[in-house]
Amino acid sequence: MAAFSAVKIPPPQFTTVRSSSQRPGSSPAHFAHSPSAFNSISFGSAKSVRSRPLFAVSSDVVSSDKTKPASSSSSNPAVTREVALELYEDMVLGRAFEDMCAQMYYRGKMFGFVHLYNGQEAVSTGFIKLLNQSDKVVSTYRDHVHALSKGVPSREVMAELFGKATGCCRGQGGSMHMFSAAHNVLGGFAFIGEGIPVATGAAFSAKYHHEVLKQSKPEGLDVTLAFFGDGTCNNGQFFECLNMAQLWKLPIIFVVENNLWAIGMSHLRATSDPEIWKKGPAFGMPGVHVDGMDVLKVREVAQEAIARARRGEGPTLVECETYRFRGHSLADPDELRKPDEKAHYAARDPIIALKKYIIEHGLASESELKSIDKKIDDVVEDAVEFADSSPLPPRTQLLENVFADPKGFGIGPDGKYRCEDPLFTQGTAQV
Amino acid sequence: MASLQMAALLSAPSTPVPSDRVRLGALRLSASSSSAARNGGALVVRSEAKVSGGGASARGLSLITHAVAEKAAAASSADSKPGHELLLFEALREGLDEEMERDPTVCVMGEDVGHYGGSYKVTKGLATKYGDLRVLDTPIAENSFTGMGIGSAMTGLRPVVEGMNMGFLLLAYNQISNNCGMLHYTSGGQFKIPIVIRGPGGVGRQLGAEHSQRLESYFQSIPGLQMVACSTPYNAKGLMKAAIRSENPVVLFEHVLLYNLKERIPDEEYVLSLEEAEMVRPGEHVTILTYSRMRYHVMQAAKTLVNKGYDPEVIDIRSLKPFDLYTIGNSIKKTHRVLIVEECMRTGGIGASLRSAIIDNFWDYLDAPILCLSSQDVPTPYAGTLENWTVVQPEQIVAAVEQLCK
Repeated sequence: MAAFSAVKIPPPQFTTVRSSSQRPGSSPAHFAHSPSAFNSISFGSAKSVRSRPLFAVSSDVVSSDKTKPASSSSSNPAVTREVALELYEDMVLGRAFEDMCAQMYYRGKMFGFVHLYNGQEAVSTGFIKLLNQSDKVVSTYRDHVHALSKGVPSREVMAELFGKATGCCRGQGGSMHMFSAAHNVLGGFAFIGEGIPVATGAAFSAKYHHEVLKQSKPEGLDVTLAFFGDGTCNNGQFFECLNMAQLWKLPIIFVVENNLWAIGMSHLRATSDPEIWKKGPAFGMPGVHVDGMDVLKVREVAQEAIARARRGEGPTLVECETYRFRGHSLADPDELRKPDEKAHYAARDPIIALKKYIIEHGLASESELKSIDKKIDDVVEDAVEFADSSPLPPRTQLLENVFADPKGFGIGPDGKYRCEDPLFTQGTAQV
Repeated sequence: MASLQMAALLSAPSTPVPSDRVRLGALRLSASSSSAARNGGALVVRSEAKVSGGGASARGLSLITHAVAEKAAAASSADSKPGHELLLFEALREGLDEEMERDPTVCVMGEDVGHYGGSYKVTKGLATKYGDLRVLDTPIAENSFTGMGIGSAMTGLRPVVEGMNMGFLLLAYNQISNNCGMLHYTSGGQFKIPIVIRGPGGVGRQLGAEHSQRLESYFQSIPGLQMVACSTPYNAKGLMKAAIRSENPVVLFEHVLLYNLKERIPDEEYVLSLEEAEMVRPGEHVTILTYSRMRYHVMQAAKTLVNKGYDPEVIDIRSLKPFDLYTIGNSIKKTHRVLIVEECMRTGGIGASLRSAIIDNFWDYLDAPILCLSSQDVPTPYAGTLENWTVVQPEQIVAAVEQLCK
């Protein structure tokens, strides 16, 4: 019985192509597949194959498709001036914010595990800037920049990192748990993989609202983005959610930020088949590999994937080849990564690349970009000042928010609900 | 046995309801049934969705406007007695069905809950009525579909996640502990997680060690989680409805051996309080605290004890986390002797926590050490004889009471 089915709009026709990548350390032969090989990969019974778009697309091909004008031509920029500046500003905000975090950490303003996003900005900006307010973002512990891209004010994020009561989570979450109901950031998770089912649930909710509650929107289903890393792709929850998302055609995009390292474990040492995008077609969804250091390529892939999800065609697995310029966290000495690998990716800095693109295509002048840099510096400084001057959470806050309904603290010996005791949140009442 | 208890509930004398006890919004009741209201913590909730014309035709869905079914309303049904009789799993289904009807955001997720109707038939017929999306058959991926339930709870739905056996939820421990219990707090109160996680647990009939687990002891430390255990059709339906309506994440523990208990429950709608304990049998000599299946072993022992001249007070604590210290405390202040009978293992079980809570709060009222009868600290053996010796049997309860009351 087809109790629920995707919204019926014919899908666009993709061409099946081979994936190419300049990833160091991998042999070219590994990646080369003939188009016919793609089509003939067996999926068990033939009947399951016919209607599904089971292919992988390389963004190189999408953007350097011979039928379209080459994107490097100065007469045809891929984005408008407004969009280019928006992307530039967002990436610079991410970079400046994270650099400030490092400074503040070493000055003793924030503590614990802080994971910085330097180098990966193109993925966050490329994807999140295409979302609406009601779309959802789910991340991992490397979540500051995802929150910023989604619209959470820098002040709130910085205050949260400082552990102040004005933080987005009232200081109760910290670096690894950025939440914002207003901006639909659903976390911030410390254990890798545990955010993916939550994202799948948010996507299920979007489908449910459309099909059961009949609350449809003209633009289509609300999309959920799940960001996670290469290490997570060996975790059970990843595979379980790929299965369920495709099974029910949930509006979710699984964005793999493959920066090749899970703390000190190289992706190649941990994974039997390091090509993560291939794991999408294994579950029946498209798997796309994209150069995650190029914000325009990421944005192009994201546009397709988001449109697919909105139409109800289901999930996409997008592997972004990216790199983190800093260690895993501020406590990581980062001794295992080779200098030439770091140099290779430093040369592909997404912000410098976009700046070059903007100037070459005449979208903005150098001084305009510099003024954006200055503006962002002011924003980040202001965020630090705000966080510095914010109050620390008082003792009364300790027991708040444990339960949405505080009756969960139970009935005390005097017969009243414990939460009704005025001394309860002072910490003096017995819990 | 269940109907006997129901009768006992209604007829036993109890402490009168003080006039300021409006905590539960309990309505003013007629004198003969005030005990029922206090003992069961029952309250009648007006359903916003619809008010029926007063006929008792739609079982469980009709609503009458005053608290207790009077004889006049009962006369319209075919039976001479008020209410309708059903089995515990049907009571759970009735509660679930009523809530799904009332609120379209309530949905069910789990293995075999849809087309199969649930491995214990709790969701039988619901998929046909509400569709495959509202009663979702999941693949075998507990951690992920529990997490999916949490994600959908954060975004406006009210899912009921079924673990086919509570033991399977060990695979979902990551999600239950980290996300279910904690996200409301770590998000600074921004997201609530009104999820219900339910399923059968406890020691069955020779099901083997892994299908005989008591997860209440593993989950009890998780901050932000509420736990309740049902034991009769009446409280099963009431707790199911309360759990679904609660904004907190609630784990509802059912027991494999109790699904076929039969009892007569009211026709009118009722919701129980999640945090309240249930007075099963008032008494004077000793307070016996128990829950779930052990309630029946205790009541069986109580018969023997009564014949021997003892007067035990039996309380089904129902709320495993948090404890209803008021009801428990009142009882201890009266009897000064406590026996805890539980199915958890001795180490780190509910009984261990309860004992510690009683010592903290009611030390001065105790005339004897608190006795706690728990299951043995062994993986439940398959052999029937060994399995019987793993859990607490009525003879041990009788012996313990005799020792306490010496």
